[in-house]
Amino acid sequence: MKIYVCVKQIPDPNTVVSKLDPNTKRLVRSGVSLVLDPGDESTISAAIKLRDTVGNSEVVAVSMGPASAQEAMRRALAMGVDRAILVTDPALAGSDALGTARVLAAILQKESPDLVFCSTESTDGYTGMVPGGIAEFLNLPQLTFAREINVEGAKAIIKRVTLTGYQTVECPLPAVVTIASGSFEAIYPTMKGIMSAKKKPFTQLTLADLAIDPSQVGEAGAREHVATIGKAEARAAGQIIKDDGNSAQAIADFLQRYQLL
Amino acid sequence: MENLETPFDADKQLIIAEVRRFVDREVIPVAHQLEHDDNYPIELIEKLKQLGIFSATIPEAYGGLGFDFTTYVQVVEELSRGWMSLAGIVNTHVLVAYMIAAQGTEEQRQRFLPLLAEGDKRGGLCISEANAGSDVQAITMTAVRDGEDYIINGAKLWVTNGVHAGIFAVLVRTDPNAQPAHRGMSVFLVEKGTPGLTVSRTFEKLGYKGVETAELVFDAVRVPAVQLLGGSEGAGFKHAMSGLEVGRINVAARAVGLAQAAFNDAIRYAQQRATFGKPIAQHQAIQLKLADMATKIEAARLLLQKAARKKDRGERCDLEAGMAKLFASEMCQEVTLDALRIHGGFGYTKEFNVERYYRDAPFMLVGEGTSEIQRLVIARQLLEQYKI
Ligand SMILES: Cc1cc2nc3c(=O)[nH]c(=O)nc-3n(C[C@H](O)[C@H](O)[C@H](O)COP(=O)(O)OP(=O)(O)OC[C@H]3O[C@@H](n4cnc5c(N)ncnc54)[C@H](O)[C@@H]3O)c2cc1C
Repeated sequence: MKIYVCVKQIPDPNTVVSKLDPNTKRLVRSGVSLVLDPGDESTISAAIKLRDTVGNSEVVAVSMGPASAQEAMRRALAMGVDRAILVTDPALAGSDALGTARVLAAILQKESPDLVFCSTESTDGYTGMVPGGIAEFLNLPQLTFAREINVEGAKAIIKRVTLTGYQTVECPLPAVVTIASGSFEAIYPTMKGIMSAKKKPFTQLTLADLAIDPSQVGEAGAREHVATIGKAEARAAGQIIKDDGNSAQAIADFLQRYQLL
Repeated sequence: MENLETPFDADKQLIIAEVRRFVDREVIPVAHQLEHDDNYPIELIEKLKQLGIFSATIPEAYGGLGFDFTTYVQVVEELSRGWMSLAGIVNTHVLVAYMIAAQGTEEQRQRFLPLLAEGDKRGGLCISEANAGSDVQAITMTAVRDGEDYIINGAKLWVTNGVHAGIFAVLVRTDPNAQPAHRGMSVFLVEKGTPGLTVSRTFEKLGYKGVETAELVFDAVRVPAVQLLGGSEGAGFKHAMSGLEVGRINVAARAVGLAQAAFNDAIRYAQQRATFGKPIAQHQAIQLKLADMATKIEAARLLLQKAARKKDRGERCDLEAGMAKLFASEMCQEVTLDALRIHGGFGYTKEFNVERYYRDAPFMLVGEGTSEIQRLVIARQLLEQYKI
């Protein structure tokens, strides 16, 4: 089976305080430390786990990004991914979710995957729109918020996280699956894995290799426009419930209101 | 199709970055509790095994990763930044593996190194005895030839990993009448479970908890002659001393890592804690401390790296290893105390990690040769070099 994982390099959420550029209205990604999205670590781990259960399978990491994204790909390879494909092209700068999905779908089209794994959303942009776009471009069914994935014959069966529990959902292969965050413990690359990462196949492609018209991607092809950016509202003071004998009920009501109960 | 070809150095940087990440995520959150409970960190050891830490310095031909010491010390530094005891568990393991790789017969390498590389069988080093620590030549444990075997009798004290190690390197006297005594010494490789080998007690310690420090009793332990390190009698003292060079570099790395942890906590706390209307980091007296701490840590790190590079070149490095160990361990003691001072009263409580750092630091002054002994080693070398 061929399992593809779409991954992204992002500003390290553990060390970088996110900043928006007031002119481009985009996240500042230059001059900061970049890492493989920690959410993708867990998605890669889900793919590796499935590969090892199913047997006779491979996991391929695919990404669109600048040349520096090689580092994130190397980390994916060190974690145990079998090979990696990165699309890099100056014309891709400024791509929105649609453009990104278009490019990733074009790679996947050439590869004929059985499964495409994506994190539900990235830890920098949080749009969560790319997986749906990929499924649409490839005309594949999409399963979302998976916390457990199994393959039986030509079917994918997932446990889909809901507010109150989970649903069991299945669909025919090939399919796109988004992984619910925190569902799979991230694997650490072993020292051996790190040393062998550089020996694994790594393919770098350009738009020309994918026969994509540059006007459909990047700044030029973006359909998403950030109109304004503003400061988030300052956090309001918490509500203090005085215990007058009914506090348990008051707390329960409060939690219910936010669907936490 | 191309490969992500990079020089070996880039791999090393990735490995160190990965160990750093591992320490941040897996070690630091649990170290405090494990230490205070004095619990052997079984789960962390499993994770270290998976990571490949126990195979790091073992040559590739014997199932290891073949790291040089320059890389290894940075790994140790990171582990120690999380919890010094972890670096201790790795230390005698690496020492024993080094002694076998460097001094063992081919048969010994093939038999023991792959086991050590897997990490299930870890190494323990038995040199010191109740009446022989600094004065290694005063050991009294003996091994007497009996046909194809040797019979070992005596007791070893202070054995790090004494309970959990699977393979011990044991320094004994094979010729009690040799003059000087060191010419009559040999090292044996003894597996845990060999009849007659028992743990008679473990120590409760000031710090360096979680890892056991044990007394091992050898009561007529029969060991085949093929387990005599290097295959011939009389070279044991030299073998042990060359292992100690690695041990001293390791202790220096642990001291640097521990001091770094103390500094990291101190400089963060100094910016959070305010007195007299401003963060204490804005008081010059605290700034002077922080500056001195960081400078001393960096100096120790450079000494350490110099010693490691020399060891990697296969040169004798007892002078450099001695200097690194001496300076780093004394520095660590000072820096952890300064970190405690910067934390004020809180630093003296178990609520903060500096209390642990402060208790862990003195071990570095004693293990692998005390500061006094390092000075003797250094001075001996200097007088040799500067002889008129
Ligand atoms: C927690 C722990 C773990 C250890 N793990 C191991 C292990 O795994 N394997 C192992 O073999 N050993 C181990 N050791 C032993 C350690 O190496 C010795 O404790 C150390 O070498 C000091 O020896 P000693 O305790 O006998 O002190 P002594 O040799 O009795 O020294 C006492 C004091 O006298 C000083 N002194 C001694 N000789 C001189 C001299 N000639 N000139 C000036 N001053 C001198 C010393 O510096 C020290 O201050 C461990 C020790 C500890 C505490």
